[in-house]
Amino acid sequence: MGLKMKLWMLIVAVIILSVTSLFIGAINIKPSDLLNWDSLETQIFLISRLPRLFAIILAGAGMGIAGLIMQSLSRNKFVSPTTAGTLDAAKLGIIISMLFFSGMSYIGQIMFSFAFALIGSFIFMQLLERIKFKDAIFVPLIGIMYGNIIGAFSTFLAYEANILQNVDTFFQGSFTLVVSGRYELLYVAVPAIIIAYIYANKFTVAGMGEDFAKNLGLSYRTVLNIGLIIVAVISTTVVLTVGIIPFLGLIVPNLVSLYLGDNLRKTIPHTIFMGAAFLLFCDIISRLIVHPYEIPVNTTVAVIGSAIFLIMLFRGKAYAQK
Amino acid sequence: MIELKGLSKSFGKKTVVEDVTLKIHAGAITSFIGPNGAGKSTLLSMVSRLLDADTGEVLLDQSDVKKMKSDAFSKRVAILKQANHLNVRLTVRELVSFGRYPYSKGRLNEEDHKFVDKALAYLNLTDMQDKFLDELSGGQKQRAFISMVIAQDTEYILLDEPLNNLDMKHSVQIMKILRKLVDELGKTVVIVLHDINFASVYSDRIVALKDGRLVKDGPTNEIINSESLREVYDMHIPVQVQDGCRICVYFNSNN
Repeated sequence: MGLKMKLWMLIVAVIILSVTSLFIGAINIKPSDLLNWDSLETQIFLISRLPRLFAIILAGAGMGIAGLIMQSLSRNKFVSPTTAGTLDAAKLGIIISMLFFSGMSYIGQIMFSFAFALIGSFIFMQLLERIKFKDAIFVPLIGIMYGNIIGAFSTFLAYEANILQNVDTFFQGSFTLVVSGRYELLYVAVPAIIIAYIYANKFTVAGMGEDFAKNLGLSYRTVLNIGLIIVAVISTTVVLTVGIIPFLGLIVPNLVSLYLGDNLRKTIPHTIFMGAAFLLFCDIISRLIVHPYEIPVNTTVAVIGSAIFLIMLFRGKAYAQK
Repeated sequence: MIELKGLSKSFGKKTVVEDVTLKIHAGAITSFIGPNGAGKSTLLSMVSRLLDADTGEVLLDQSDVKKMKSDAFSKRVAILKQANHLNVRLTVRELVSFGRYPYSKGRLNEEDHKFVDKALAYLNLTDMQDKFLDELSGGQKQRAFISMVIAQDTEYILLDEPLNNLDMKHSVQIMKILRKLVDELGKTVVIVLHDINFASVYSDRIVALKDGRLVKDGPTNEIINSESLREVYDMHIPVQVQDGCRICVYFNSNN
């Protein structure tokens, strides 16, 4: 993959894909329809198409950044919210809040799920510090096992309460249900991404290890905790609004790293736009493949993402091991 | 001057460093030598605050290093642990620029860039400054890390086995650079070394440790002799003088 992206190329890609995304769907909307403010087409455009576009861009950029931060802090290229238990913990948090605190407000549920995601990723980082054998493949395998253990609790709870099917539908990554009024939580990812950019240099230094960071006078623990909070915020908002989107946080930062390196101040802007472009592309495919119906975007992401991931694996472990 | 007073450190039941008191002389190269498990690296980590001592204190110009602010400390003392395993994809220049982190927090000004340029030139890295670290050989990578420490512009430079995994040519190159740092720039260098002959040829002072205890501490020529070395390594080590250098010929020693 000798691709060398310039930032403007990624921005142009996002713009082209955005326009495409806006004019694809069960109902054919032409740009000229939008001139009539009261038309059905304009209404669909404002209530469904635009929110969907914003949701895709925010989720794609957010998951990319969350993956990038996790890879930097864990010093492993194959760690991401999907392979570190973060998403599973967020999911468990939502199920528990739905089952046992059904009177809880929406905000309450969000905070509950966020706390679970944060504790979940924190425990994973603690696990990483304890294990001596930090092989590039071994670490994410532990993360996946750990995520599955958390997932088992979720499944058990959902099974006992007879809501297994609802839960599966709820967490299936999809933008089908994204309409105006149902996705705005995702905007919380915007300040999280901005803070990530402000902390970019600190994450890069922390990514070279605790001793290295301490030598440069950096408070390693603080940076680690801020990073985990950002990851938990982004993961929770994405899970709650669109469901679980696999692989994106894994492959997008790796593709950027291949041509741009690991200096986060440089890679964060690329990761934002490549994440958005990747998810837009997958969403367009999902909507075209069985037009006028659509398949869940996480299916498309999983098929394309796993293919890219396999290529990355075969390119060698040497690159992934820091 | 750095003073170590009664430093001890245990991991679980194992005492790794026991009651070490010594002074590190400014403007000189001091080598920490000793058998495996003598506590050399642990001692260096305590001096540089990477590890907290169980008892005892480290004084930098009479003030306790534990009480110093971390960015103030990082402008005075730099530590480089074994860094060859780091494969983070930064360019050489980016890495060296992070040496200015204590001053700039990542936003380099004119002066910072000058320090970076000088540090790169000092280690002959100017031509490869835009290469990624993972494209470099072991020796080049080690030079890049040392260059970063030079950009950090500290009075004290602490290095934990900087010659690990380097071949002879690169080892000599690194040691000559350290010598230059002391002789030309007036730095104080402390290194943990495995190869006793590099310690003998390049250092001004030697600190010998064994089982966590300080065994010898003095000028190099007072330590590099068969009697002293027997105390440290429990073996007979003949010392020969070659071109003014004291060389330990231990390769076929019969204890």
